[in-house]
Amino acid sequence: MNMHAKQEPLVVVENLVKHFPVKIGAFGNQSAVVHAIDGVSFAIYKGETLGLVGESGCGKSTTGFALLQLHKATSGSVKFDGVDLSKLPAKDLRAMRKRVQIVFQDPYSTLNPRMTIGEALAEPMRVHKICPEKDIQGRVARLIRDVGLNPNVANRYPHEFSGGQRQRICIARALASDPEFIVCDEPISALDVSIQAQIINLLMDIQEKYNLTYLFIAHDLAVVRHISDRVAVMYLGKIMEIAGKDELFGRPLHPYTKALLSAVPEADPDVERGRKRIILQGDVSNAIDPPSGCRFHPRCAHARPMCAGEVPELEDRGEGHFVACLRVAEIEKETV
Amino acid sequence: MTKLLEVNNLHTRFKVRNGYLHAVNGVSFSLDRGEMLGVVGESGCGKSVSMMSLIRLLPPAAEITDGEVLLEGEDITHASVNRVNAIRGSKVGMIFQDPMTSLNPFMKIGEQVIESIVFHKKLAKAEALKQAARYLKMVGISNAEHRLNEYPHQLSGGMRQRVMIAMALLNEPSLVIADEPTTALDVTIQAQIVELVKGLREKLNMSIIWITHDLSLLAGMVDRIMVMYGGYIVEEAVLDDIYKSPLHPYTIGLLKSIPSLKTEAGSRLPSIPGAPPNLFAEPTGCPFAPRCTYRVDRCTREVPALATVPGAEGDRPHRVACWVDMRGRGIAQ
Repeated sequence: MNMHAKQEPLVVVENLVKHFPVKIGAFGNQSAVVHAIDGVSFAIYKGETLGLVGESGCGKSTTGFALLQLHKATSGSVKFDGVDLSKLPAKDLRAMRKRVQIVFQDPYSTLNPRMTIGEALAEPMRVHKICPEKDIQGRVARLIRDVGLNPNVANRYPHEFSGGQRQRICIARALASDPEFIVCDEPISALDVSIQAQIINLLMDIQEKYNLTYLFIAHDLAVVRHISDRVAVMYLGKIMEIAGKDELFGRPLHPYTKALLSAVPEADPDVERGRKRIILQGDVSNAIDPPSGCRFHPRCAHARPMCAGEVPELEDRGEGHFVACLRVAEIEKETV
Repeated sequence: MTKLLEVNNLHTRFKVRNGYLHAVNGVSFSLDRGEMLGVVGESGCGKSVSMMSLIRLLPPAAEITDGEVLLEGEDITHASVNRVNAIRGSKVGMIFQDPMTSLNPFMKIGEQVIESIVFHKKLAKAEALKQAARYLKMVGISNAEHRLNEYPHQLSGGMRQRVMIAMALLNEPSLVIADEPTTALDVTIQAQIVELVKGLREKLNMSIIWITHDLSLLAGMVDRIMVMYGGYIVEEAVLDDIYKSPLHPYTIGLLKSIPSLKTEAGSRLPSIPGAPPNLFAEPTGCPFAPRCTYRVDRCTREVPALATVPGAEGDRPHRVACWVDMRGRGIAQ
């Protein structure tokens, strides 16, 4: 899908930082800072899907939110179609919002229970003056059909729908303002297993039909591999590795990516019996006091003293494969 | 091999405002000593309710209306409350999904862990704490003596789940029921817990029932799998048969719809149309019939019984509840 529509970046994120000030201690009397994202840079090209994976607390959702200016970034810039969103005055930002949309994880809490489906879909069209009033009904019906529901559901309320149907409605609402770019923030995690495949297919269909660009945030690596063109792996607020999907899954270079991939269970008993897992020791470190140097070094089997001293930058290993690891060349030699 | 557990025709329903919700509609199975059984299904399929019915650990609105549960030959469904209390936590250990809410935030880890051995084995506190430290070490918690004096919030999610596992094992139960024990955890922590449980099972020779919605997770772990849908067991078979020769259209559909690290990326995933059934009406046919592409007339009229597949009899038969003979037309791999 869209393999050739590359080379024209739609979104460029540069050195994005988001720190959340928090109060800690038994009486909330100490100030601290959660380093949710700490210097993240990437680009998303027109028509592609960039997958963003990582474990809970790695900053992947914060990245999506900061990208849409739902969080004000601490520093860094987000350029959409050449315009720096973080410097945009409120009025212009609002106009920009119709071009960038989001689908959230939980379709139960994101629809207003007092609005019919038709009203919910018409609202963004009116706000952004997408079309004349007389055309709204028709547009709503078309949207509902495009997400695989019957247009006569426009008069019904969200509680009358199942989780999968609600997520279809949320997708329709994201499409209502005719966007170019959609952030999908774990759009299938809250759904039943048999429904997940339906929604993945739908997202891929409408991407083609509406010519959309996606940032697809998820923790399920198999799903990300299925839908993405390129994939970025985050750990504790930093991107560890970013590469084309086949590169990343076929030739992972960062020790964290390798461990993450080896932890994904496969629905095949023969594979499971034969596989050697890389079991990571310990837990993800604390984002309030992140480790010095490489964020991953306390859990990394390949770590050397230098890993605690120097922060690795993303380095090009060829074919658009970027890795942030000081020892990547040595590790590659060891494993060959 | 002697059967540890036998379950016959178990029915559990919930009283709701306008009638009943039929959560478990006649579940029968057995479990050998030392066997590890996976129970898989989507939310609302009855997997948790049926397994919690085994030890009558149910909310007040639920009632077991029919069937019997025999644990080591003893009827639990009709036993007294005192007797069931004596069984829970001693013969049967439980591990729940969410270690954040299953531990009391006001109690030190040590006090919580020893509660069950003090209750069941009447051990003195000092002795119980010693034993607790031994078990915490066994589940991979370093510095165990020190941890006993800490509170749950001082531990990470993975550590808390290890504490829960130690608690479940302390009384050396013959059966452990694990209800989605890794669902709340990250995939790298999940891998740690799975490896831990596999090791402990060999060491302690206990039976384990592992409830999950994740069919992939079970592939590397259990001996046998039961697939549930709409309050019924729709298929049951040894591990390899479920993945290599599934016979129920639901199992087949589920296996095909899971994207794996090997499926052809970017292609359309074969998906199951429709949504899981609601359980308010008493079922008149196969619960999967409305979503099934192989449906015949009989499917909507009669509930198919879970029957042994001809040629797959034996100690651990392949059983499937389907009117259509799916042999030879199932999964093409």
